[in-house]
Amino acid sequence: MSHLQISRRGFITGAAASSGLLLSGCDALDGIAQRDSSVRNTMEKIANSLSYRAQRVLLGRNALAQEFSAADIRQPMRPNGTTAPQNEDYLRLAAGNFADYRLTVTGLVERPLSLSRAQLIAMPARTQITRHDCVEGWSCIAKWTGVPLATLLDQAVVKAEARYVVFHCLDTVERTIAGDVTYYESVDMVDARHPQTILAYGLNDQALPVENGAPVRVRIERQLGYKMAKYIHGVELVADFDRFGLGGGGYWEDRGYEWYAGV
Amino acid sequence: MYRQSAWTRVTHWAWAVTLFFLLVSGLQIFNAHPALYIGDQSGTAFDNTVLRIDARRGAEGPVGYVRIFDREIETTGVLGYSGAAGRMEARAFPGWATIPSFRDLGTGRIIHFFFAWALVGTLLIWLVASSLNGHLKRDLVPRLRDWRALPRDIWEHLSLRLHHRRKYNTLQKLSYAGVLFVLLPLMIITGLAMSPGMNAAANWLPELLGGRQTARTLHFAIMVLLLLFFVVHILMVLAAGPINEMRSMVTGWYKTREPEEAEETI
Repeated sequence: MSHLQISRRGFITGAAASSGLLLSGCDALDGIAQRDSSVRNTMEKIANSLSYRAQRVLLGRNALAQEFSAADIRQPMRPNGTTAPQNEDYLRLAAGNFADYRLTVTGLVERPLSLSRAQLIAMPARTQITRHDCVEGWSCIAKWTGVPLATLLDQAVVKAEARYVVFHCLDTVERTIAGDVTYYESVDMVDARHPQTILAYGLNDQALPVENGAPVRVRIERQLGYKMAKYIHGVELVADFDRFGLGGGGYWEDRGYEWYAGV
Repeated sequence: MYRQSAWTRVTHWAWAVTLFFLLVSGLQIFNAHPALYIGDQSGTAFDNTVLRIDARRGAEGPVGYVRIFDREIETTGVLGYSGAAGRMEARAFPGWATIPSFRDLGTGRIIHFFFAWALVGTLLIWLVASSLNGHLKRDLVPRLRDWRALPRDIWEHLSLRLHHRRKYNTLQKLSYAGVLFVLLPLMIITGLAMSPGMNAAANWLPELLGGRQTARTLHFAIMVLLLLFFVVHILMVLAAGPINEMRSMVTGWYKTREPEEAEETI
């Protein structure tokens, strides 16, 4: 029968060593945060493409995000990001209740479109009560009404070489010496044509408020909130998105977030 | 005696690294929204918060606090409000507990999901290897005689009388099996339940767990349990003789006083 072998010195050294690793370990690894860190880029490439491919296989094209009942709408939709664009052109459009607003569908299409808000509202609509999941971690359930993006893509007749849809927005997020940075986003054709992907102009049975993206925002229900660009004025079909922003495919992607936000 | 196969040792250390990075990147992610809720959504117009780690204004400057339901504990300097003197800031978990040490949700997520995939891969490799080489059946699944020995085993642990045998004792079997078959799978399931993509593939998954925000709360709670396991695990290694224990987990060889495999007749 052996007996207690706790050595006080061993215990203290071990505890000190492990807490030392914990204390200093994290600072030492801060270099990973650098956008040009090869460790960071490798980890992102591996993990994000694994998640993207796994979910594309698991989800199929048309698997729907969960839809809720009216009783689940328990609070106003929480706004996030830009909530009051200050650009002159946006303020002018808003002052005229978006009467002069046009949504364009351009790029790799046979028939470019330019539609007023009234024209959008006159098209067949889809309404869905879904849960908005923010990358920060919170969720909020709300009712969204809008035109399925697939309807617009069919009207514009997308060319075969189009691989992504880029959403151009009206809101300036940053002013830099190099110029204004406006919000933009991009998704692949699977999510663009998904039945729940709508250009929403209505929220909880009201006109979409400014803080939530008036006059039009996109809903991409199988991804996180930052993909669902607000204040959209242009939908552009492209073969790649290198030439927009910093080339990451979206405002937040350019600042270190994953392009595929299904996780 | 030869105690641990190479599969067991390699996966053990892979988990050690993986779980470390998952923890510190997970705390970084938590810091982006330092509150936990019950249900599908996060209440702004109603209160379904179960835990919040934040800073608030106090009489003599900001105060860090942890609030669990209605009970509040002041934790200035560690949780809620921390940092070097003169550069204190409101942040749930302090810089020394997160990667990166400063606020960077994007990088935290990249690290978290990279190691999440690594964890799943290591678990699968371990499961296949341990099923084939018998580690699973021989060492981890508690048998009738283990259950019979449980009261005595608890008593011996409490009195810190630890035996050095090839085989795991009952509490060891239960805690290792609990981590490998309950906590880690639950961690993966609650993690998947938070993914908006997975929710489309399996609407029932967050519902089964009580809603996406409940899944997030459970994910956090299981992290605390894994941390507790880690602390006890390290204490037991130290109590049982750290050199011998480390040797067996590095080289596979373990020093014991019992005659080799004397009673073992499987």
